[in-house]
Amino acid sequence: MLALLDINNAYVSMERVFRPSLNGRPVVVLSNNDGCAVARSDEARALGIKMGQPFFQFRHLEEDAGLVALSANFGLYGDMSDRFMSLAAGLGAEQEVYSIDETFISLDGVRGDLVARSRRVRARVLQWLGLPCSVGIGPTKTLAKLANHVAKSAERKPGSYPAEHAQVCHLGRLSPAGLDELLSATPVGEIWGVGPRIGEQLRASGITTASQLAKLDANTVRLNWSVVLERTVRELQGTPCISFEDEPAPRQQIASTRSFGAPVRELEPLIQAISEFATRAAEKLRRQRTHAGRVMIFIRTSPFRKRDAQYSRFMVVPLRRPCADTADIVSSAILGLKAIFKPGFNFAKAGVMLMDLQPDTGGQMELSLEDDQPARHRGRLMRAVDDVNDRFGKGTLRIGSAKPRQAPQGSWETKLERRTPAYTTEWAAMLQVRC
Amino acid sequence: MQCISLSSDICLARVQATPVHVSDLGVTVHAGFPSPAEDIGAKRVDLTAQLIKHPQATFLLRARGDSMRDAGIFDGDVLVVDKAVTAKNGHVVIAVIDGELVCKHLQIRAGRMKLKAANPSYPDIVPKEGQVVEVWGVVTASIKTMPV
Repeated sequence: MLALLDINNAYVSMERVFRPSLNGRPVVVLSNNDGCAVARSDEARALGIKMGQPFFQFRHLEEDAGLVALSANFGLYGDMSDRFMSLAAGLGAEQEVYSIDETFISLDGVRGDLVARSRRVRARVLQWLGLPCSVGIGPTKTLAKLANHVAKSAERKPGSYPAEHAQVCHLGRLSPAGLDELLSATPVGEIWGVGPRIGEQLRASGITTASQLAKLDANTVRLNWSVVLERTVRELQGTPCISFEDEPAPRQQIASTRSFGAPVRELEPLIQAISEFATRAAEKLRRQRTHAGRVMIFIRTSPFRKRDAQYSRFMVVPLRRPCADTADIVSSAILGLKAIFKPGFNFAKAGVMLMDLQPDTGGQMELSLEDDQPARHRGRLMRAVDDVNDRFGKGTLRIGSAKPRQAPQGSWETKLERRTPAYTTEWAAMLQVRC
Repeated sequence: MQCISLSSDICLARVQATPVHVSDLGVTVHAGFPSPAEDIGAKRVDLTAQLIKHPQATFLLRARGDSMRDAGIFDGDVLVVDKAVTAKNGHVVIAVIDGELVCKHLQIRAGRMKLKAANPSYPDIVPKEGQVVEVWGVVTASIKTMPV
């Protein structure tokens, strides 16, 4: 069994923690440069705002309906994500950070009532972080994803699914008939791995629900459609085909993370691991024809090695300009790693996440991997520093030593009038409270 | 595996005779006088670890205003706020009232709750009928830096 934990309306929920006045109001978070909606509160959904919809199309709702539109605050989201991931890890033995707000947890070897355990983790995330999340449990990733969808919908839209599945939904506990009931209530387009185009084709052939898809013969599906859809069908039937930490193309973020076979203590092997993750992530990025604006890296010790000193840090490094260039992304990731690395710990896990994805139109792709690395790093770093200082005034970024130090997040980032302060990553931007 | 009864209520279960190899203790063995620091294994005290018990659940907030003066919280102080702590009567809390964050003493008496300032010139906040007061977190420390 595995679980998928997912923060509800992640970016909006994260903003609301620090601005409780946003509760109950329609709120959207806009992509970089305020282009389109990347997160919506339930109230904003109810106003008809669609995911990815350009801001200019619904801008009038600010006046007409009290809509609050915020610029994405990736420093804040990175921090809250990091806190969320470490609490979610408590659910089971193995974790795959799938995106900034989603994580798969392997429940192998976890004893006791999985639903009760999930509810406790969910309650902890809600109390400790103020973030609502949903938990879906199933024997395969596709089913865990589906269970998560059920858990969310049952809470958001009462009546869409039986209320007992709200917040936490465990498919493995259902009878075959009970499972089929849920699958029948799920449109085929909601299934993980069924894109809009395939969904269209399936509906044209009369397959409209997940239940119908699950009853198809997998081999026939391979012949008539594709290996990808065959895999989805087998997963719906309960046969795991998508391995842990081997994810299909996600939508808004690309993550490449791994638990180490043996604890890692030195910087050098971490640099190698991070370079590899960043390389893989950059490949995925190019494959889906997008550019990344920011690179998030994290390293952490294992919470399961109780006698070990614990250490967990992350950093979001903005790219000088959005790109899909392996060299740029790797060097930014290493820059971040060096800033957060501390010797003396048994590191168990590390990862790279690419954030702020955008279509690659506009910029041109470059792939330059010459081996004069040190000179190139320095050149790029200097140029980045110059760019930032040109933009925000001299001395915004200073080089204190040859080694990169943790830079205040906010000073790197584009100033956007709709963005909330970097409450948790910048000392000067700390949340204020009236006394 | 043997269970040896020593008395009616003491039982040594699973007595094992496997030797345990201890290595890599981080000390070197010297002949002569031992270093006075060797048996201490000391680490410098860590302020963050002292002040922050639940790192994931802890947030830093800046105090604005003087209503908590008598509790030692002054304008500009940094508050360590732990959301993992369940608020009890007498705690200094961050509460949400009408969408705004405020820092006050929490008073719960006979099932009724009140937010009390620590400064006589501020009135108590008593939730009105239908008004929801939510505790955001519990203040576990206040940090004041001195001008140097």
